[in-house]
Amino acid sequence: MHWELELVLYLFLIISAVVSLYVKDLLTAVVSLSVFSFILAMLFVSMGAIDVGFTEAVIGAGVTGVLYIVLIYKTSRRSND
Amino acid sequence: MKQSSDSPIILLLSRVISPYIMLFGLYVIFHGHYSPGGGFQGGAMLAASILLIRISAEEKVYELQFKKSFDIPLGALGVLIFLGVGLIAMLLGGNFLDYHFLPMDWMPKADVRAMGILLIEVGVGLAVMTILVAIYDNLLEDEDA
Amino acid sequence: MKIINYSSLVLVGLLLIYASLGLPYRGDTEALVNKEISLIGTPVASSYYIQNAYKDTNTPNIVTSILGDYRSFDTLGEEVVIFTAGIICFLLLSRERKSETK
Repeated sequence: MHWELELVLYLFLIISAVVSLYVKDLLTAVVSLSVFSFILAMLFVSMGAIDVGFTEAVIGAGVTGVLYIVLIYKTSRRSND
Repeated sequence: MKQSSDSPIILLLSRVISPYIMLFGLYVIFHGHYSPGGGFQGGAMLAASILLIRISAEEKVYELQFKKSFDIPLGALGVLIFLGVGLIAMLLGGNFLDYHFLPMDWMPKADVRAMGILLIEVGVGLAVMTILVAIYDNLLEDEDA
Repeated sequence: MKIINYSSLVLVGLLLIYASLGLPYRGDTEALVNKEISLIGTPVASSYYIQNAYKDTNTPNIVTSILGDYRSFDTLGEEVVIFTAGIICFLLLSRERKSETK
């Protein structure tokens, strides 16, 4: 349908996935993973699976990001001292 | 977490935002029949609103909102709501989770099935919310406290 | 070794793209999944759901009516899986049990 929009979304999907794999900073990797989840949610919505996209946006971009970020702060604080 | 952030701006902002996220989560659960959404998404949204307060405030404050000792029993209650609806339908003569047989005779049968779906969604939402909060709480417990 | 890795990666990618060309389009009424009678003559479940979901359950959102009513046993299993994950986190990481065993 909107193949231009989907093409741009696929491009950013691959870019964010590669960035989250190869970046050194863990916080950047988590943020890029959240971006990946959000773009994936928008792709699901554009394919017509609104419920799946909603779940992906809430879980992947919300709760998992919170858990990862808090755990990164937790572990780095302990390894410093 | 024992050490919360010292900035009062973060606490104020999360205290402002969190009730709206919670309200939208309740809307997603109870309006799941007519719009995209359901128990899982709404429960995750409620969990996000609780986790926001848990990140920004200290333990004394967030224990007032949602007690740490409540999360596993409320999750078990959510699963038991689901199982109980199925078992009530089975005891009244139907199959397991067959909402035709729920004891709500004043409504037509299709509406009884819609109410059964609503009960299920409430159970799923309660379980998902409390389990996500429980995972956060148990992961972040300080060993030296 | 690196050449083999990348070439196999490209090969698998090309294979996936070639396989995706054979899939039916979204909402294709002529696709085998959306037919009312399957190849061996049995009725297809999805067409029954699409035709009768609103009449049976009085919910306009067909995803909710399938997840909550027709396939509710599957949803029960999903919820039990989430609950098991929480219970395992509680049992492995809880502070009270650690202080008891010390």
